[in-house]
Amino acid sequence: MRDMRPDRPYPDVLTVRLSRRQVLRRAAVLGLAMPAVSALLAACRREEATPTQAPAAQPTATPTEAAAETPTAAETPAGTPTVVTTPEMTYSMDNPPEVFNADQASQYSGTTLTYYGDSVGIGAEMDQILAGAFSEATGITINVVPKPASATENYAAYQRFFSAQSPDVDVMMIDVIWPGAFAPHLVDLSSALGQEAQAHYETIIENNTVDGKLVGMPWFGDFGMLYYRTDLLEKYGFSNPPETWDELEEMARTILEGERGANPNFAGFVFQGNAYEGLTCNALEWLASSGGGRFIENGQVTINNPQAVEILNKVRGWVGTIAPQGVTTYQEEDSRQVFQAGNAAFLRNWPYVYSLASGSDSPVRGKFNVAPLPAQPGNPHVGTVGGWQLAVSMYSRAPEAAIEFVRYMTSPEVQTWRAVLGSFVPTIPDVASRPEVLQAMPFLEPMEAVERVTRPSRETGERYNEVSTIIFQGVNQILTGQDAAQVLPGVAQRLQRIVG
Amino acid sequence: MSRPAIAEPRRAALPLRRWQAMTLAERQAWLAWLFLLPALLVVVAVAMVPLVQTLYFSFTDKRLGALEPEQWIGLENYRFLLTDPLWWTAVKVTVQFTVITVVLEFLLGLLIALVVNSRFPGRGPMRAAMLVPWAIPTVLSAQMWKWMYNDIFGVINDLLKRAGLIEQNIAWLARPDTSLIAVASIDIWKTTPFVALLLLAGLQVIPDELYEAATVDGASRIRQFFTITLPLLRPAIVVALIFRTLDALRVFDVFYVLFGARPDMQTMAVYAQNYIVAFSDVGYGSAISVAIFLVIAIFVVAYVTTLKVEVQT
Repeated sequence: MRDMRPDRPYPDVLTVRLSRRQVLRRAAVLGLAMPAVSALLAACRREEATPTQAPAAQPTATPTEAAAETPTAAETPAGTPTVVTTPEMTYSMDNPPEVFNADQASQYSGTTLTYYGDSVGIGAEMDQILAGAFSEATGITINVVPKPASATENYAAYQRFFSAQSPDVDVMMIDVIWPGAFAPHLVDLSSALGQEAQAHYETIIENNTVDGKLVGMPWFGDFGMLYYRTDLLEKYGFSNPPETWDELEEMARTILEGERGANPNFAGFVFQGNAYEGLTCNALEWLASSGGGRFIENGQVTINNPQAVEILNKVRGWVGTIAPQGVTTYQEEDSRQVFQAGNAAFLRNWPYVYSLASGSDSPVRGKFNVAPLPAQPGNPHVGTVGGWQLAVSMYSRAPEAAIEFVRYMTSPEVQTWRAVLGSFVPTIPDVASRPEVLQAMPFLEPMEAVERVTRPSRETGERYNEVSTIIFQGVNQILTGQDAAQVLPGVAQRLQRIVG
Repeated sequence: MSRPAIAEPRRAALPLRRWQAMTLAERQAWLAWLFLLPALLVVVAVAMVPLVQTLYFSFTDKRLGALEPEQWIGLENYRFLLTDPLWWTAVKVTVQFTVITVVLEFLLGLLIALVVNSRFPGRGPMRAAMLVPWAIPTVLSAQMWKWMYNDIFGVINDLLKRAGLIEQNIAWLARPDTSLIAVASIDIWKTTPFVALLLLAGLQVIPDELYEAATVDGASRIRQFFTITLPLLRPAIVVALIFRTLDALRVFDVFYVLFGARPDMQTMAVYAQNYIVAFSDVGYGSAISVAIFLVIAIFVVAYVTTLKVEVQT
């Protein structure tokens, strides 16, 4: 009877015996199937990869934002010029700016530097050209290595270099939110480049100065701005873009009511509401432009205040009304696609959208413009700062040569060249106001007076990721329906635990 | 040079004498241990050491990349974990997800297995085609579904609207009340074939003779299913359920692609990943790992006791 037990009916059926021939045959089939499967997967992957890399914005070491990673307009929007001529100068890709510090740098001739530069697109191409020009003029060999495209991986790679005190990297691109975390491992540039630093935007220099050490030279910048549909504003009788958030709400509601009939997918205002770094950027703008502070100021957690509660609850009221319900899942690219398809009146995004939305295949080409983000009465117009810096590793064997390379790369001449040909937003006000730069990026003019606000990465250093996650998770909870007055005390408490 | 030469055989002589004094059974036991030793060392190195280390880290404030060594902080990590509402949300989401998906995957999987176990033309290709969703890497299929669920241009809203079932687009992945259903249905779509495959293997070893005998005895089809198929299938069912439950409790990829770090839709694994990888907080992350281990252990113990899994020798 025992052998009849239901769970092991016929032991010989269970042990399948295969002859050698069968095994070989199966192995062969499997072997042949593999390339087919991988080809299929590769095909899927390629399509999948495109949208995640396109954008630009911002940074962050949080893994979520596939979209937010790479650098700016780098993705070569349709029609990026390769030659631009002005009365004084001709800018072209094969004619990089002269290496003005060649004499000074030549004393380090013969050394080799490793530079972790841009990973994709025109930025990577420009790195090669500039490094080539610098090498030729100085005799310093530059080994250009594309950094990992994902900000998260990039951050982790630098962390490994630094914990191993590795001399394998000399000059590196670092995100605007990394100086605090990496400061102990970066060379203080203030004595060598302090003079040059004065020409850059003060807030970015301040952001890059940790305990009195200037750990990175600003290279190109980003900031949040408001895109609006000129044709729709005109159609509904608005002569100017909104000055305040209340005005934006009112305009969006009017336009939405008028357009919904013809286009059920139409939305008034889209932004980045997903729980990721981009929401921290958006929230900083909402708070700073309505007297709600900047999350953490002078070592104090200030996020829980009446103005912050008010503006965040106001934004919560937008979700499902002037903004689509899905906005709480949007990252940069999701919101850009809605706007660019003609389905939104207003968009908050980074400068990279400008060239994409102006592309010849864009439905909103010629129908939109850019303005500073609204601010509540009595508060400044602000824009969260993004962008990249160049830094020199403390474990470099040739820091002096590396500094000379940084001096060249971040100079007004190179920034102008990169702005005109690659649409990289300059970090030097004088460069931003040059006519040839304004011609390439007309949005820089209205944005000149905007106050650039920075995320609290400098004071929280290596724990910034955690700080930002606490903020964007809290704000996301508010956007999906909770009362800010209930959520913010908990957020403040968690932040306090880190800030100490 | 001559002294070691003399000493060596003498040292060797003693164990050798002891060896010769052993019975055959004793010798075999010793040999068995000797042969097992390399495997045991590997297990200790790759499983025990990290486990003990994780347990140790969970009582410290260890951080990746920190310059100073970690400090022993006792139960502080566990205290914070137990009082963190986000952790309990993660536990709730994970358990809800596990119950929904495992139950539905099992029922649908059983149905599919019964169908493809019967004889019909094109059965071979059918069995192969069934596995396609399972063969696609989860990050890809999750991304694909994310687009299908999109509130503005997603195909699901489009189809429902054409069918007249909804009037307004639904933001499936944004609304708190539809998010879990949306993600669970992706997992069910993807993993039901795997469950079906496991159950199909179980069905195939049930001999036809039993059904023939039952038919001769006049048992109905339904009776046959409950008295022959289901009991004989039990080992396969247990394997499928335990596999799926453990997988579902550890789920990471599909949630991560769909929701990122969204606070109300984190699973335990996403919560842990956030602390360990994004925050470099290995100490607290280890405490989370231990807690996840305990939650999973509860499920395993429940299974083993209720389904009476026997240790077969």
